[in-house]
Amino acid sequence: MQTGPQAVSHSPGLAKCRTGICGLDEITEGGLPQGRPTLVCGAAGSGKTLLAMEFIVRGARDLDEPGVFIAFEETEGELIANVRSLGFDLDDLIAQNRVALDYVYIERSEIEETGDYGLDGLFIRLGCMIEQVGARRVALDGVEALFTALSSEGILRAELRRLFRWLKEQGVTAVITGEQGQGTLTRHNLEEYVSDCVIFLDHRVNNQVATRRLRIVKYRGSRHGTNEYPALIDECGLSVLPISSVSLDHRVSRERVSTGIQRLDAMLGGQGYFKGSSVLVSGTAGAGKSSLAAAFADSVCRHGGRCLYWSSEESSAQILRNMSSIGFDLGRHIQSGLLHCFAIRPTLYGLENHLVRLHKLVVEQRPEAVILDPITNFAAVGDAAEVKIMLTRVIDFLKKEGITALFTSLAPGTGHGQLEHTDEGISTLTDTWLLLQMVQSAGERNRLLYVLKSRGMAHSNQVRELLFSERGIDLADVYTGAGQVYAGSDRLAQQARDQTAALAQRQAAERRRRTLQQKRSGLLARIHALQAQLDGIEEDAALAEAQELQRLAAAACAEAELAHARYAD
Amino acid sequence: MKPAATESPAPDQGAECWCLRLYVAGQSPRSIQAFQNLKDLCETHLAGRYEIEIIDLIENPRLARGDQIVAVPTLVRKLPEPVRKIIGDLSNTDRVLVGLDLRPRG
Repeated sequence: MQTGPQAVSHSPGLAKCRTGICGLDEITEGGLPQGRPTLVCGAAGSGKTLLAMEFIVRGARDLDEPGVFIAFEETEGELIANVRSLGFDLDDLIAQNRVALDYVYIERSEIEETGDYGLDGLFIRLGCMIEQVGARRVALDGVEALFTALSSEGILRAELRRLFRWLKEQGVTAVITGEQGQGTLTRHNLEEYVSDCVIFLDHRVNNQVATRRLRIVKYRGSRHGTNEYPALIDECGLSVLPISSVSLDHRVSRERVSTGIQRLDAMLGGQGYFKGSSVLVSGTAGAGKSSLAAAFADSVCRHGGRCLYWSSEESSAQILRNMSSIGFDLGRHIQSGLLHCFAIRPTLYGLENHLVRLHKLVVEQRPEAVILDPITNFAAVGDAAEVKIMLTRVIDFLKKEGITALFTSLAPGTGHGQLEHTDEGISTLTDTWLLLQMVQSAGERNRLLYVLKSRGMAHSNQVRELLFSERGIDLADVYTGAGQVYAGSDRLAQQARDQTAALAQRQAAERRRRTLQQKRSGLLARIHALQAQLDGIEEDAALAEAQELQRLAAAACAEAELAHARYAD
Repeated sequence: MKPAATESPAPDQGAECWCLRLYVAGQSPRSIQAFQNLKDLCETHLAGRYEIEIIDLIENPRLARGDQIVAVPTLVRKLPEPVRKIIGDLSNTDRVLVGLDLRPRG
């Protein structure tokens, strides 16, 4: 077999060659098939050359595998200039003899074909360069240009077949790029010769926004992700987002993070959001969604955590200014490096691009919390289903990383039932849903906050009024009664009314008490008088009794004296 | 063939020397065939005013790059200018003559 000398692999199957390209190695479960050619196809501008070039440069620079790059479409100078913008110093790698670059050029009008020939010239040039740098990798970019340059297709096909076989014999891992044909992967059916691994790059434009995608069409002898993966070309080169794990097996934390508002923490079981959960703050315009987000960002940073604030509506400077007006000094956290503001219009890129960017930022920054403010604007880039898929991926990814996510979403309207509904349809995916509502009464609008749901915690069912001041955000109890909710000055008026009513009641009670007291004292006085009267009568009665007794005694005495006088016996 | 040969290169007729370079890869039958064909053709059409340089790329692989050699054998007309390239074993004499501008195109 012609496997390369370092045929080491973690899997018992095929030896793999790491590309070093962000995400691609995950999708291919280790890299490209080692010692074999891989075909990279796609339409013009889909990033084929870049992939091939990164494979060579990253191999030579980071993975100690020198490489040879043969271009059929661009000159050496153009290539070097093109990749310099990605931070690849090809000149330097060539000077170090770690990369060899060649431009193969055939102008059909200058050439006459007169009989049988072979492509030994190409073989010899390639062989010479492989030897020169000790190459382990080879890239042939745009080899199909030979078909336009040379007319005898029969010879070319035979020679290309020989070339790919020869590459295998050299034990080099090769990347061959080919332009997409009509109904075929490549215009000249290169896939017939290079069939170990085929990668397809797609570049689509939807709603005027371009999106790149990458798909592994086949990978002989190896498992691989079969989806279309979003890809991105930015200042660091190509990156692919390996969204392989849509499984629901992320770790679950019992830790809590403060919302940044004490009374809101209290409403959420006393301690705030669950760490690693996803929080949706929805509400009408101006209801204070961003302010809640800022409160959370401030809280995370004040506890020493890192936070990524992804704004799709306001610039970083604007957020800082606005939030300082309600007492959140986010600038301090940006200076300390804890807070990272990333402001970007959703329409600038496709959904996948945003996903890849977010992914990259999260991997770079390792934040504890991510805020997307708001997610509503993504609807401008894709239809509802696509946005939902994208946000699901974001939520899954952040949950997997144990990062608390807070999304704000503009509620479509204030009508009945509309508030409890998001355009993005992600409310079922989030763990905690805070609803902000503006109520209009007495010529003013006030903000109300409800906890619509909060999985896994005893949360308050109360409505609170959201109060902004230069000291921050606070929540106040609202007055409810007779089907009415009072907030703002209504609430204050109601408070005053209640106080007056209470006073009146107190006074009435006092009055009643006094009246009774008076009655009681009246009665008591009368009782006294009657008692005195009674006492008089009692006295009179006793006197009369005594007089009667005296009278009786006197009478008896007189009778005795009379009898004595008569000498009666 | 002789009369045609003396007539056709009329525009180039002069003292100028034809400087031809033939790239081959080793002593393959195709290489030998190409060289033989070239030799015959030159003797017929350019007798006395040509020189042929043979470059074996197996011995001098680095030289392939300079003249942008991909196919082998390749015949390069260095002089008279402009440079012309002819690939193949030169068995199709008519095309070689056209390629070398020894016969008008078309």
